[in-house]
Amino acid sequence: MGYMENMGNMGNMENMENMGNMENKTKTTAKEKKKTEALLKVENISLSFIQYASGLRQTELKVISNLSIEAHSGEILAVVGSSGSGKSLLAHAILGILPSNAKLDGKMEYNGQQLTPEKKEEIRGKEIALVPQSTNYLDPLMRISNQVIGCVEEKNEGLMKKVQRDIFQKYDLKPDVDRMFPHELSGGMTRRVLVSTAVMSSAKLIIADEPTPGLDEKTLNETLSYFKDMANRGCAVILITHDIEAALKISDKIAVFYAGTVLEVANVEDFKNNGENLRHPYTRALWNALPQNKFQAIKGHQPMQDEVIDGCIFYERCSKKNELCSKGIPQLKSVNGGVVRCNNVS
Amino acid sequence: MCLKCENISFGYKKNNLILNNVNLSLGSGEVLGLIGDSGSGKSTLCKILAGYENNYQGNVSIDGKAIPSKGYNPVQLVFQHPEKAVNPKWKMKDILNEGHIVPQDILDSFGIKKSWFNRWPNELSGGELQRFALARALSPETKFLIADEITTMVDAITQAQIWNIVLDIVKELNIGVLVVSHEKKLISKLCHDVVYLDDINTV
Repeated sequence: MGYMENMGNMGNMENMENMGNMENKTKTTAKEKKKTEALLKVENISLSFIQYASGLRQTELKVISNLSIEAHSGEILAVVGSSGSGKSLLAHAILGILPSNAKLDGKMEYNGQQLTPEKKEEIRGKEIALVPQSTNYLDPLMRISNQVIGCVEEKNEGLMKKVQRDIFQKYDLKPDVDRMFPHELSGGMTRRVLVSTAVMSSAKLIIADEPTPGLDEKTLNETLSYFKDMANRGCAVILITHDIEAALKISDKIAVFYAGTVLEVANVEDFKNNGENLRHPYTRALWNALPQNKFQAIKGHQPMQDEVIDGCIFYERCSKKNELCSKGIPQLKSVNGGVVRCNNVS
Repeated sequence: MCLKCENISFGYKKNNLILNNVNLSLGSGEVLGLIGDSGSGKSTLCKILAGYENNYQGNVSIDGKAIPSKGYNPVQLVFQHPEKAVNPKWKMKDILNEGHIVPQDILDSFGIKKSWFNRWPNELSGGELQRFALARALSPETKFLIADEITTMVDAITQAQIWNIVLDIVKELNIGVLVVSHEKKLISKLCHDVVYLDDINTV
C-alpha cells in the first residue's frame, strides 16, 4: 500500500522505470524523489602523498587509485574495508581537509556541481558534515557543549544551547555532561557527543567515519538508528566502518574497499544466504571471518602502499587467481545489480 | 595460578563510584569474557588488574600474593588503540623488544615481517601495530593477558587472524585471558565463560 502511495506522489516516468528492482524494499517518498541523481559522485579519483625519500629527492606514495562511489539522498552507503584501505582518506578528500602534501586527481561532483577546493571549503560543516573517527578530535581544553555548538552569533546562542540540550537528551547525555571536559567522558559518551555534532548541523550529506566502535549493543543500535533517521529525512549518509554487521543493519549499499580502491559495491541482500551472491573473493572472505560465521581468516596482509603491484591488488591472497590476474588491474564491471573488480566474475 | 580481585571499589570522585565491590577470578589457561555497557567501568577494572591504577580499595592478588610493583608484571594489558600504546619516536624493533626479546616463533605466528622493523609506528596500520603490541606483551613471564577490546578497531579478517594466533599462544604458554568486548558473538566464540560487569558491580 505504501508503495502505491509513493508512486502516486511522484508521477514521473523516469522513476517509474526504476520501480521494477525495488519491489521488496520499503522506501519513503523523499527517497524515491531523489533516487535518480546522485548527491555526491566520486569518479576515478587517485590520491598520493609527496614524501621526501632521501635528501631532496621526492617520491609519490599512492594511497587511493581509481576509486569511484556515488551517494544518493535518502540512502546509506556503507564503506567497509580494513584499516589502511583508504576509507578515512576518502572522507577527508571529499571534505578537502587533506594535508598539504596530498595530491588529489579525478572528478568529484556535489549536487551536479564540480566540487572544487573552494566549494569544499564553502560547504563543509554546512552541507557536508563529518562525524570523525578518533575520539581525539575533541578539543581537550573546551567544555563539551561549547564545542558541539561551535561558533554562533551571540543572539543565537540561547537557541543553539536549547537545540544542543535537546539532542543531548535524545542521546541520553545528562545535563552535567554539558560542562564536562572530554577526558571526563567514557568512550561511548564521546561517540554520542561526536554524533550529536552532525545532528546539530543541517547537513545534506553526512560522512560518518567509524562512528560505532566501542559502543555497547544498545548504544550501537541507537546510534545506527539516528543515521537511519537522517537518511529517512532525505540526507545522504556515507557510513565508513569495518563492522559489516552494523553496516548490514541500516545500509542500502555496501562498498568494499581494499588497498585504496573499491573491489565491490554490493546490495545488502547479497549478504543473505551465507553470502552466496557476493561477487568478490575478498568480500566473501570478510563475511566468512565474522565470529558468527566461520571465524576463518585468510592468510596474508593488505599490500603496503609502497609495494608496487602489477596485477589485481588482491592477487596474493586470492583463492581463485589465475594467470590473467597477475597482469593488469581488472576493470570495474557491473554484475547482478552491483559492481565488482574481478576477472573471474561474469 | 589464579588472578583474583576482591571487593574492588574505585571512583574518580569520592561520592561517585564507578566500581563497587567487584569480585573476579581468572585461572591459568582460562579464557574469560567480560561484557558491560559503555561507561560501566570495564577499562578501569582492566587498569586496576594490570597495576596501572593504584588508588583503589580492595585486593588484587595472584595465588593469594600481592603483585610486586617492581620488575616484570605477570599481568599484561593490551589496549584498544595500539597507536597510543607505542612510543611514536621509537622504531618498531625497539618497541617490540621493550619488555623482552621476542622469540622468532612468536614473530612468525603473528606474521610480523622483518621489513617492518625499521618503520615508525605511524607507517603501520592498526592491525599490524596490534600484532606488535601483543607479541610484546606475551613474554614467557606473562601469566595473564587482559585484552581490552583489542580487535575493536580492525576488520573482520584481521580480527580472526589475531585471535586465532593469540588463542594458540596462550594455550601453549598456559596464560589466562580476560577478553573485554562489546561483541557478544565474538565473546561466545572465544571464551569458556562470560561475566557481565553489571552483575558483579553493585553501583
